[in-house]
Amino acid sequence: MGENKLLSSMKKFRFKDHSLGMAFLILVVIATILGWPNFLKIRNLTNILRQISYTGIIGLGMTLVIISGGIDLSVGSMTAFVGGIAIYFLNLFGPESIWGIVLTFLFALVLGSLCGALNGLLVAKFKMAPFIVTLGTMSIFRSLIQYFSNAGTILSENMDYGKLGSGVLLGLPIPVWCFFIVGILLHIILNHTSFGRYLCATGSNEQVAKYSAINIIIVKWLPYIITGFTVGMTAVMWSSRLNCINPSDGAGYEMDAIAAVVIGGTLMSGGKGSVIGTMMGAVMLGIINNMLVMGGVSAFLQQAVKGFVIIVAVLLQYNNGNK
Amino acid sequence: MDEPKILLSLEGIVKEFSSVRVLDRVSFNIREGEIMGLIGENGAGKSTLMKILSGIYQKTEGTIRMDGQLTNIPDYITAKRLGIGIVPQEFNLINYLTVFENIFLGNEIHKGLLLDKSKMREQAKAQLEILKMPLDVNKYISELSVAEKQMVEIAKAMILDTRVLIFDEPTTTLTPVEVRTLFSLMRKLKEKKVTMLFVSHKLQEVMNICDRVTVLRDGKLVSVDEVANLDANILAKKMVGRDFSQVFPPKKDRRAEEYVLEVENLSSGNMVKDVSFSLHRGEILGFAGLVGSGRTETMEAVMGLRKLESGEIRIKGKPVRIRNAKDAVSHGLGYISEDRQGKGIVMNYDIIKNISLISLKDKYMKGFLIDKKAETAASDHYIDEFNIVAASAKSELRFFSGGNQQKVYLARWMDTDPEILILDEPTRGIDINAKREIYEFIHRLSEARISCIIISSEMEEIIGMCNRAYVMREGKIASCLNEDQITEENIVFNATGIKKGVEKDG
Repeated sequence: MGENKLLSSMKKFRFKDHSLGMAFLILVVIATILGWPNFLKIRNLTNILRQISYTGIIGLGMTLVIISGGIDLSVGSMTAFVGGIAIYFLNLFGPESIWGIVLTFLFALVLGSLCGALNGLLVAKFKMAPFIVTLGTMSIFRSLIQYFSNAGTILSENMDYGKLGSGVLLGLPIPVWCFFIVGILLHIILNHTSFGRYLCATGSNEQVAKYSAINIIIVKWLPYIITGFTVGMTAVMWSSRLNCINPSDGAGYEMDAIAAVVIGGTLMSGGKGSVIGTMMGAVMLGIINNMLVMGGVSAFLQQAVKGFVIIVAVLLQYNNGNK
Repeated sequence: MDEPKILLSLEGIVKEFSSVRVLDRVSFNIREGEIMGLIGENGAGKSTLMKILSGIYQKTEGTIRMDGQLTNIPDYITAKRLGIGIVPQEFNLINYLTVFENIFLGNEIHKGLLLDKSKMREQAKAQLEILKMPLDVNKYISELSVAEKQMVEIAKAMILDTRVLIFDEPTTTLTPVEVRTLFSLMRKLKEKKVTMLFVSHKLQEVMNICDRVTVLRDGKLVSVDEVANLDANILAKKMVGRDFSQVFPPKKDRRAEEYVLEVENLSSGNMVKDVSFSLHRGEILGFAGLVGSGRTETMEAVMGLRKLESGEIRIKGKPVRIRNAKDAVSHGLGYISEDRQGKGIVMNYDIIKNISLISLKDKYMKGFLIDKKAETAASDHYIDEFNIVAASAKSELRFFSGGNQQKVYLARWMDTDPEILILDEPTRGIDINAKREIYEFIHRLSEARISCIIISSEMEEIIGMCNRAYVMREGKIASCLNEDQITEENIVFNATGIKKGVEKDG
């Protein structure tokens, strides 16, 4: 009886439905074999997680934006902008002020959300193309922070700020905790709240959503605000890790975030996606990078490999969709 | 008169789509230089037959002779070479190209490797002059009106030496004035000995323009007659072939005195001009008219989906302000759009998520989270009630038939507990059994004292279902017909403003 059940559930198991999980497992096995024994060392694994956590957190918000049918190219320069302004804000407090750190964290989250709200306003309310809007704000954020800093590094004067980004809690770095917590939160929002339901419906067909009494302006606006929030979080994590912000920081973050989303199986055309998938996508990117580094592949080639992986992921999406 | 020459001869044409027979041994002749009408209900096989003639579909059996010669039409290009052109229902024009570029699309004239634009421009101009079309060849398609786009399609079909020109439901999107222009153009083409096939389901037009008419029903040939020997009633009976009473449940008047919805002097854009109407509790109210007469736009304005310029809406006697669909829902209004796939269902959502889409926040929340158990239970109830056929409640809607999609769409609106349900072309593109189920369902609604508005371009639907009917023409209410006045003649007259038989040429 029990055996039969197992058999029938094995028969029902379709590789197509679990392709991401399978790819993840295969990648881990390959990395384990090729990288034996260094890959499986705790230190290496937490390192991978830390490395991917910065763009990974942004990728979580980006997932919602892409499901809504949009895209956010401004996240990289927004990270530098929010991080830089946050450090100016932090420096208003004394060098030993713990409150300053707490308030700066909150300040960065609010400022990031506001920046995202600006993108969302233009996209949702004024019905502009997301690609164009965020291409514009990408340039604006970068330019502003370079102007404010005179293109120089913005240093934190707080003695304890650095502990936030480099801190470790129960064996995991704090940015990794942020990545997991935000991931689980957004997963619940996407799958178990009315907003998540409306989001997928709107991304799938905006007209249907409008005719179904859904307020599509708010539904399309919120993902950008949430992405801004995740950018604020990354900005704090990154700047506190280095105890400073360079106005050129965060360049190419949009690329990594979008890559994680696409590898995670979210449709670029919108309407369907998975936050858990994005988390796996981000980790997979991290593992591939780790393998390349350990294998001594030139750093210049690593971006090429990333680009290749994205193209393959989208190709698989298309083939699945056509069946 | 001499025996007319037969240009095209169809013998035993059969077409099957995955073993479903949509054309069953259809045979008839088309004479040189005549205008042959081809009429039938939706799904009678008119379009399929025309697509076989123009090489888009391949016949399963049968033979086609042209000038007495056995002819094969394996593709669109061959059809064109044989001189068979088609003016399709949905235009195949490229918006970002000019008129002459579209006319020569696929038949470009070259000068070496490059396009000879000046020559094409000249020839297109000449062609339009011959057809007496007042069009600028350098205009972009996107700047043209629907009627002008149709002219371009005709010119495009005529640029090769076309002997047979097929019009597939050409008048659906035209205003009455534009229809008259089209007809006078067709008469000019006739003088030039062009043979024409005119596909339509509008009796009046066929009687007006055609020499002979072929009737198709359920894929079979019913008759070929000279128009001179026919009247509209005989033609209608041939086309429908059954009594309406078999499809529609017996009519009952369940109207209460009180009005649930009163609309006064509603205006919105140029499609809704000063529209007033009222709806009794428990009434089944019809909205008839031509496509594009403003019926859909009126209801969308009532639902808050279009901006109102003026007008008052009263629900149960109280004036209300409806700014969006959400306000409309909260006042007990529901609207099933004619565009099921574009504005109705979410194709990649399953039954459960589709049904709860509007009522989600009111019915299925536990705090911030969705109560998925309650949601599933509700959808099981509707699957049962509406007899929705699906592998499981978790199947995505894109795999469903039109009828089942429509039932899910209905279930979504029923879950909002509406008091007034507006159904826009509720049976478009669904099979006869699902149609009957939907008609019965509308009757059950009226029994439950829910008021229904049915917008329909199928006259028999208005005649067979409604207690009262408004007819719209060019954005205005042309008249309100009481039950004993709802006849085909009254609807046609009010919808077109043209009395049968007395239509003048443009």
